[in-house]
Amino acid sequence: MRMILRKLLQLVLVLLLVTLGAFLLIKARGGDPVDSIIPFGTPEQKQELREDLGLDKPVYEQYWDWLTGFVTGDLGKFYDTQEDVSARLSDALPVSLLLMFYAQTLALIVAIPLGVITAYRAGRISDRGINAGMFALLAIPNFVLALLLTYYIGARYQWLPTGGYTKPSEDLVEHVRTMILPTISLAAAQIAVYMRLLRSDMIATLQENFITMAKAKGITNRRILWRHALRPSSLTLLTVAGLNVGTLIGGAVVIEVIFSLPGVGLQLYQAIQQNQFVALQSIVALIAIFYVVLNFFVDLLYAILDPRIRHERTAA
Amino acid sequence: MSEPPPSALTDVIEEDTRAVLPVSGLAGLEAVEAGSEGRKRRGFGIGAWLAVGWLVLIVGLALLAPVLPLEDPKETIADITNKGPGADAGTAPGHILGGDQNGRDMLSRLIWGARSSLSVAAGAVLIGLIVGGFLGLVAGFYRGRLESLISGALDIMLAIPPLVFALALVAVLSPAETGGQESGGLDLSRLLVLMIALGIVSTPILGRITRASSLTWAEREFVLAARAQGAKASRLIWREVLPNVLPAMLSVALLGVAVVIVAEGGLAVLGVGVEPPTPSWGNIIAQARGDISTSPYIVFEPAILIFLTVLSLNYLGDVVRARTDIREGVL
Repeated sequence: MRMILRKLLQLVLVLLLVTLGAFLLIKARGGDPVDSIIPFGTPEQKQELREDLGLDKPVYEQYWDWLTGFVTGDLGKFYDTQEDVSARLSDALPVSLLLMFYAQTLALIVAIPLGVITAYRAGRISDRGINAGMFALLAIPNFVLALLLTYYIGARYQWLPTGGYTKPSEDLVEHVRTMILPTISLAAAQIAVYMRLLRSDMIATLQENFITMAKAKGITNRRILWRHALRPSSLTLLTVAGLNVGTLIGGAVVIEVIFSLPGVGLQLYQAIQQNQFVALQSIVALIAIFYVVLNFFVDLLYAILDPRIRHERTAA
Repeated sequence: MSEPPPSALTDVIEEDTRAVLPVSGLAGLEAVEAGSEGRKRRGFGIGAWLAVGWLVLIVGLALLAPVLPLEDPKETIADITNKGPGADAGTAPGHILGGDQNGRDMLSRLIWGARSSLSVAAGAVLIGLIVGGFLGLVAGFYRGRLESLISGALDIMLAIPPLVFALALVAVLSPAETGGQESGGLDLSRLLVLMIALGIVSTPILGRITRASSLTWAEREFVLAARAQGAKASRLIWREVLPNVLPAMLSVALLGVAVVIVAEGGLAVLGVGVEPPTPSWGNIIAQARGDISTSPYIVFEPAILIFLTVLSLNYLGDVVRARTDIREGVL
């Protein structure tokens, strides 16, 4: 409980500092958003707009306004269309979440069996081959893979669409078809990371006494691998899978732009392209919150899964 | 973070490296973690020499770009537009890698692109290494409140996903007014912005690794001995701790260069990479991605260069790490 409280406090502090930092940086950059909204307006019009947007107030007051708005769910408006940022984001959020969920699932589904097999056959040719392949996979940037897939699967053979998005509620098949290429592009590097992690932990586990014991009892190799060795070996993997969401978010931004998926990443991209700084700030803050909260839960999960940590904490 | 008891020290380091790496990973830093299984020392074999050879070649070409007999990377040559190597129409003689969508010589653009991609990467990692390394050393050496403060600050920087952080920083750091300015030669301002932004992003990662490593070294007997002989703190940090921490920093820095090369590419796709017409590997790809179905080689040529360079850096990072494993120092 005390840990949770401490973490919560930390969370609030982090978010305050992150948003304040973002705000001050934006202000320090100079440049008047009003100039980019109505570049040819008269000075009076500009002054009026500035007052409308609250840009004439002192910096701390602007920050306070933004912050109180943010806490109550008002993420501000886009300068030009006066549309609520939150409205556009609530459409975009499911797209990004689905993309990351699919990618993470795909990565784990592929990486876990590979990790287990290579650990079991460590040093053999199959292990070396898979390892070398994974090492190469690590060196392929997601946008390069995305473009490769676009070219071969999309343009050349036209098996799958390379852009656009269909909601699962509208047409499930089309939804899957639009998501396959982005998911693979995003998941590929993670597969390599997860597999290599699991493999190294698993090799260590397989040398422990309880595995020898299980073998001596005549339990089949398959059962030992999947039932006895996997769980104690998967702790690092789980933590990393959780923390890796940071990488995934960054990757998702790029992938969304390449495949024109209308997710949060695309919104972020557009906010930057159009100098929408209120939107930019809200989106970055949201991403930070999501990420920090998620890490918090990963920590908790980690404690639940690993009895040693739980006991240490209660003992201490 | 309160001071852990000395016995828990190894755990702290484990935790630290693990917590740091995945967060860092724009793509390849995880290789550090994954490479750690190699208790077996990976020698300086053929692979490592190949990697070194490739990097020397690329860096050499990038450095020599101005004196090499190359076409102007920004100049349009009429008859090579969209003619790739081995294209049906054949490629214009003298342009072995073909021309891009604007008829600019690909070979020249790739070499000049190496120059900007590599200088952004090297600059960013250098910034991260100096700032992060300094903070990490100080935190690991002095401990106590200073450490909590620095660690806290680094944690806050890690609370934003790295690429998003870089994206926001570039957007914010770029000069606000963007009129039709003519950029001659290297577009220094944007290059500098990219270096600073990516440098800031890499600071907490390098900082935490340095801290974790210097924590253990600062505890060692030889540091105590030097202290007992009356050495000043600055001497202890510079002459006793730093030389031992350096290998760990270096292996992460190698991987960091790879990550930054990829990150610049990602930023270019998002429209905030090195500013065209100055070529970088990333923006060559980003600009040609609309034409991929007609002239895929424009994308694939720089992509292959990125792949080989990142592969080499990852491999060398692994080798350096296997040779100077932090944990060996602990035991």
